[in-house]
Amino acid sequence: MIITKAEAGHVYDIDRVRADFPILARPVRGRPLVYLDNSASAQKPQVVIDAESFVYETEYANINRGLYYLSERATERYEASRRTVQHFINAKHSREVIFTRNTTESINLVAASYGRRFLQPGDEIIISGLEHHSNIVPWQLLRDERGIVIKVVPVADNGEVSAEAVAALLGPRTKLVSVAHVSNVLGTILPVADIIRQAHAVGAKVLIDGAQAVMHLPVDVQELDADFYAFSSHKIYGPTGVGVLYGKEELLNAMPPYQGGGDMIHTVTFEKSTWAELPAKFEAGTPAIAQVAALATAIDYVSKLGLAAIAAHEADLLAYATQSLQEIPGLRIFGTVPHKAAVVSFALESAHPHDIAQVLDNSGVAIRAGHHCAQPLMERFDVPALARASFGLYNTRAEVDALVAAVRKVEELFGQ
Amino acid sequence: MNDDLRDLYQEVILDHGRHPRNRRIIEDANHHAHGENPLCGDKLMVFLKVNAAGVIDDVSFEGKGCAISTASASLMTEVVVGKTQKQAEDLFAAFHALTTGGEPPVLPEDLEDDFDRLCVLAGVRDYPVRVKCATLAWHTLEAAMHDAQKVTTE
Repeated sequence: MIITKAEAGHVYDIDRVRADFPILARPVRGRPLVYLDNSASAQKPQVVIDAESFVYETEYANINRGLYYLSERATERYEASRRTVQHFINAKHSREVIFTRNTTESINLVAASYGRRFLQPGDEIIISGLEHHSNIVPWQLLRDERGIVIKVVPVADNGEVSAEAVAALLGPRTKLVSVAHVSNVLGTILPVADIIRQAHAVGAKVLIDGAQAVMHLPVDVQELDADFYAFSSHKIYGPTGVGVLYGKEELLNAMPPYQGGGDMIHTVTFEKSTWAELPAKFEAGTPAIAQVAALATAIDYVSKLGLAAIAAHEADLLAYATQSLQEIPGLRIFGTVPHKAAVVSFALESAHPHDIAQVLDNSGVAIRAGHHCAQPLMERFDVPALARASFGLYNTRAEVDALVAAVRKVEELFGQ
Repeated sequence: MNDDLRDLYQEVILDHGRHPRNRRIIEDANHHAHGENPLCGDKLMVFLKVNAAGVIDDVSFEGKGCAISTASASLMTEVVVGKTQKQAEDLFAAFHALTTGGEPPVLPEDLEDDFDRLCVLAGVRDYPVRVKCATLAWHTLEAAMHDAQKVTTE
């Protein structure tokens, strides 16, 4: 049994944690599953699976409409989940928490609603060079429609995006800064508090793409003073189909609806409709009711383990994986800042990432290979693709060993 | 190394992957096309020199991809050179069926040996994601023959 002493003083019992995730017990291609694609999506603990089933088995009905017991219960559970999210990111009000489909939709919501209402031709949006496509393309759509200008903060060779580099692009026309909290490829943790402070100094608003952050580090949107913060349920061990957009109340109030439909209106006539109050204004149509409920369970699960303990456990895995992989000749790691999340992207001289992933899969080791929805970043580092191992709260040093052994097998097969 | 992996990465594939044949630019090509596999970001170009009789006098490719896509491109250049465009298309149809597990068309006897050489790539049919790696060069060849500028395997 491996027990990591966490900073918080808790004992992190990895065997017990692993037992919470039924999928980890299944073999893949005749070997124990080694799941190292957590940045793409995380596995689910039994309590989350059960929470979703529980809604369907006992308290399922549509929300916000029925004057009957089940609908009231479902609505209550849905709103309780909103409060769980509120406390998790320390939002001031639960109505500042909007449920969406995923991080991508959260960003698109801001681009479509805030962007169309408040951005004028010539206004500037700043993003960074390590963004996921979902924090690039919505702004390009807006640019093509509104004539705004997109500026890109360069990424340093070690994967760093410094606050100074962001500051260098800030100007009187900067209206919005939209950057990742953590890079999905390099693991870089961006200095978002500094970036937000600097952006506010020139009057710009800031959207933080927290898709890769919330499962690795504590987030306090008030302390950060973020204007918008987006993340997905499925990466924090919750169900798919649910995303979160946090927005400051006064901004959300000033923004027009994103989609029209049921639930988001106050009154509708064929001449004119008026909008519901927050958060309903941004939640048109029937949402992912059971999944939203189970997201709260996932957050409770993570909170109970403690983000500090999880972070300490993952930091140990990251250090161990980095050290072990570096010993393989011809292997290069991309993203080497000291302060990073447990993500290791790498390339081998002898084999293409696709071939690496294929051979690893044959050993039961699941990693991602490709451009990671970050093609500009691949261009930046002049690689067609990268192999990426990303760690979660249930991974172990033994799994790092399995990864390293499998990569050595790749070297054997493809090396000269 | 277990058998599954050996079936996929046969010696011939590893050899062509390490030492691709005809990876070069044909300066006086009269057809060429870009191919792209958006899933993995692989890009390659195919160059063709087709004579007045419609015979492929020279064929080459450029680009860096995985072992499967590089080996497939390399093998393709070896089998289609000297063939008519019609013969190249017949080979592609047969190769496509081979890699996707479809019903293979009946090939004329004079193409059988060439097709046999391509059969080392049959292992990809067990890996749906890799089928596109194996067929990218062929899709690009077809685009070049039809003077389509760009093709993706999406």
